[in-house]
Amino acid sequence: MKATGNFDKVKDVDPQAVLTEQTRRHIEHWLAKFPPDRRRSAVIQGLMAAQEQNGGSLTDELIAAVAKYIGIPPLWAYEVATFYSMFELAPVGRHNVAICTNISCWLNGADGIVRHCEKKLGIKLGESTPDGRIYLKKEEECLAACCGAPMMVVDGHYHEKLTPEQVDRILDELE
Amino acid sequence: MSAQPTQNAAPDLVNIEVDGKPIQVPKGSMIIEATDKAGIPIPRFCYHRKLPIAASCRQCLVEVEKMPKPTPACATPVMEGMKVFTRSEKALKAQRNVMEFLLINHPLDCPICDQGGECELQDLAMGYGRSVSRFTERKRVVADEDIGPLVATEMTRCIHCTRCVRFVGEIAGTHELGSMDRGDRHVIGTYIGKSIDSELSGNIIDVCPVGALTDKVFRFKARAWEMVARPSGAYHDALGSNLWLHTRRGEVLRVVPRDNEAVNECWLSDRDRYSHQGLGAADRATKPMVRRDGRWLETDWEDALGTVAARLGAFTGADIGALVQPSTSSEEGALIARLMRALGSVHFDHRLRTLDFAGAAGGVAFELPVAQMERVGAALLVGSDLRHEVPLLNHRLRQAWKRGAKVYAVNPARFDFNYELAGQFIAPPQKLVDELLVLAKAAAELGAAPADRALADALAAVQASDAARAAVKALKDASSALVLLGDAGARHPEASWLRAIARYIATATGSALNVLPDGANGVGLARVGVLPGQGGLDAQAMLAQPRRAYLLYGAEPPHDFADGAAAGLALQQAEFVVAFSAYADEALKRIAHVILPIGLTPEIDATLVNVDGTAQAFAAGARLPGDARPGWKVLRALGGLLKAPGFEFVTLAELRAEIAPALARAPQAIAPPLAARRAGAALARLATVPIYRADAVLRRCAALNAHPLARSVAVRLNAADAAARGLADGDRARLADGSTLPVAIDASVPAGAAWIEAAHAETAALPPYGAAIELTKA
Repeated sequence: MKATGNFDKVKDVDPQAVLTEQTRRHIEHWLAKFPPDRRRSAVIQGLMAAQEQNGGSLTDELIAAVAKYIGIPPLWAYEVATFYSMFELAPVGRHNVAICTNISCWLNGADGIVRHCEKKLGIKLGESTPDGRIYLKKEEECLAACCGAPMMVVDGHYHEKLTPEQVDRILDELE
Repeated sequence: MSAQPTQNAAPDLVNIEVDGKPIQVPKGSMIIEATDKAGIPIPRFCYHRKLPIAASCRQCLVEVEKMPKPTPACATPVMEGMKVFTRSEKALKAQRNVMEFLLINHPLDCPICDQGGECELQDLAMGYGRSVSRFTERKRVVADEDIGPLVATEMTRCIHCTRCVRFVGEIAGTHELGSMDRGDRHVIGTYIGKSIDSELSGNIIDVCPVGALTDKVFRFKARAWEMVARPSGAYHDALGSNLWLHTRRGEVLRVVPRDNEAVNECWLSDRDRYSHQGLGAADRATKPMVRRDGRWLETDWEDALGTVAARLGAFTGADIGALVQPSTSSEEGALIARLMRALGSVHFDHRLRTLDFAGAAGGVAFELPVAQMERVGAALLVGSDLRHEVPLLNHRLRQAWKRGAKVYAVNPARFDFNYELAGQFIAPPQKLVDELLVLAKAAAELGAAPADRALADALAAVQASDAARAAVKALKDASSALVLLGDAGARHPEASWLRAIARYIATATGSALNVLPDGANGVGLARVGVLPGQGGLDAQAMLAQPRRAYLLYGAEPPHDFADGAAAGLALQQAEFVVAFSAYADEALKRIAHVILPIGLTPEIDATLVNVDGTAQAFAAGARLPGDARPGWKVLRALGGLLKAPGFEFVTLAELRAEIAPALARAPQAIAPPLAARRAGAALARLATVPIYRADAVLRRCAALNAHPLARSVAVRLNAADAAARGLADGDRARLADGSTLPVAIDASVPAGAAWIEAAHAETAALPPYGAAIELTKA
């Protein structure tokens, strides 16, 4: 990973200005769930809210703002943001389409679903459509819906027992 | 369990058996601590005795009886009757397999790696690895980051032990390095691309077991086996860190810490690690020089010393003053005092940066030893930017803070600390005493009134605040508490007041009082008597009442003086100035008449007394440049020429034996009269000495001065003060003497203060600390 080089841009970030009222409320909600000396625990939820606020991806400024708001070294938030695949560090399409390719789905034809999507949208996994409508998540591991394999998650909603026709319908309905 | 406790085991010890050898170890310790103590080797990368345990490298796997799988020795606590096998087949197999994984992505670039020959991975791969690699796939490559002028990175070599991450987080406290990404893309870095701004950053080079982090100044200079390690000591602050000089043919190529639990543990500040760059500066004085008819001529020692003896001998004693740099060795100091007395002068002093001498007895050792500072329950810093003044003392307080200590500060600005202060009392220099009086008042409410009349009167006029009461209560309630007077306090124009009030608060709360001495050897120089004799003038008075001749020892005007302008003027007007100096730059050549090249601490035999009052004798480790000589030899020769008493010794050992009783004797603390309070200015100068410009050597270190902690020259102002003068960030402000400085709006500066760092070419001759500053828009 190459350093982003954005330090000068984020060192004086003001979380009150960068984070929306709703994001801040979301962080406060999660902070309240942990002991006062464990504010670090809210960092995942903080980043999730910030990512949602920004249309599905994080910027260095947002990550630093979340850290500053929580009161932890920004580095701890960078570590979390780079570790989890649910955080996107580059701009992506509006709709997040994640096709499970873990064992159960794979045995039930997840590969075919992926190929179908890639062909239909003209992009590879990990890319977004040029019109910014759909983002095909690079890799998705088991989402605990093996009974409905093959499955995918679109913007947080589970779609199970997929067939190419169903996938077409779901994708076409996305704005 | 079947093992019977041994009858004679102490209650806090347990019996274990390692490789069949029974040992007793403290309860709760890890296997690796026990084996390290017993001298049984276990390979390791991520374990470091001063850092939190990560157990991430798995190299220290050992077999333990009744445990089904090999277990990491660094994270397995000992138990009564435990049987550990470090060299069993199971253990060795586990260690060999871990090593194979560690080497999978490690490049085979040892021939071009600076760590080659002193690499833990290299050594352990030899001892515990396979001789052949079975890995034939592609190795990964990691992009490097530029983390500043001191530490070079080669992150492809990183094995993810996270020692640097834990050091920067837990010890340095700046959290600038982290583990980014995961799995086969896991890298150590800053993510955001910043430099490491810690004052202790060089230590990540030492803790790095591979060549991922190496010394940038030393890079590609030499191989470990080409160098000779010589024990020496640091001379830029009064802690006196122990270190090794790594020299090749007498040239210091690099400096690494030497373990001493009572002083620097296993760490070293960047200042002490990289200052060797200044030893080889271009303006080093290498030959005695004499100014004749306005021209500088290089000459030999005989001629130079003859000139000095003849000229000095022609003055009456009272006309000569000696100004001694406070990092000068005790041996040299003792000889200077003898020489001056022989010349009939009582005017000699080493407290060049002190402004208020009332009660400044000169270096008094700490009441609370350094090693115990990390155990205090509460501490009050009076006028101290401790992180920049003595980085590793601040580290001790940070350790105390991590254990729950409350640290308070009374400071002329919001200095940057790497821990949270429990309370801050900020006042500009001209109001600092009043601010401290508020705390003293809170202390007075606890009981005894101060004995000093003036202090009692001053206390009667102030009201204690709740914040002050809380701070005093914390000091009082702590099992061990400390009041520390730092440089920003001891060099304050009303330092006698700050010292007296700090002493009073310490007594009232049962705390120890630690006062930072001047320079690296303030304590030693005070003990051997480099202080004005009866009726003698102190360092400031010697400049205010100019002498006809000066002996300038190691001091670099104007930077090393509290009042640079006064020093420059007095020295410029003197009829004769002899400079004992390691450097001969243009500024010195304008002032001096004779320059005698002397060695710096790493190049000479020197005894320095540190803050604990421990006399540390360091042997010469580096070669003297050119014709330069150790100061004590030059002084001995000069004393001989002047037929001065006390110069009959032949060897250094004789001199050391003579001064040993004085060095061991702590001077009696005296209760001096307080100086008169000074009228406050509207805007007063806060002058701190920048961390990397504290002495002549540091000012010549390019790498240190390129570090972000070396800030550029500016007059730092509170937003309100700046607005009142029509100044904005980035403007240039004109000072009373006509010079201009860039303005920086700084929220850490209180109203009424203009923070202008000392020891820069542009700032050295400005009015001293606490003096009124007039600013207009340029």
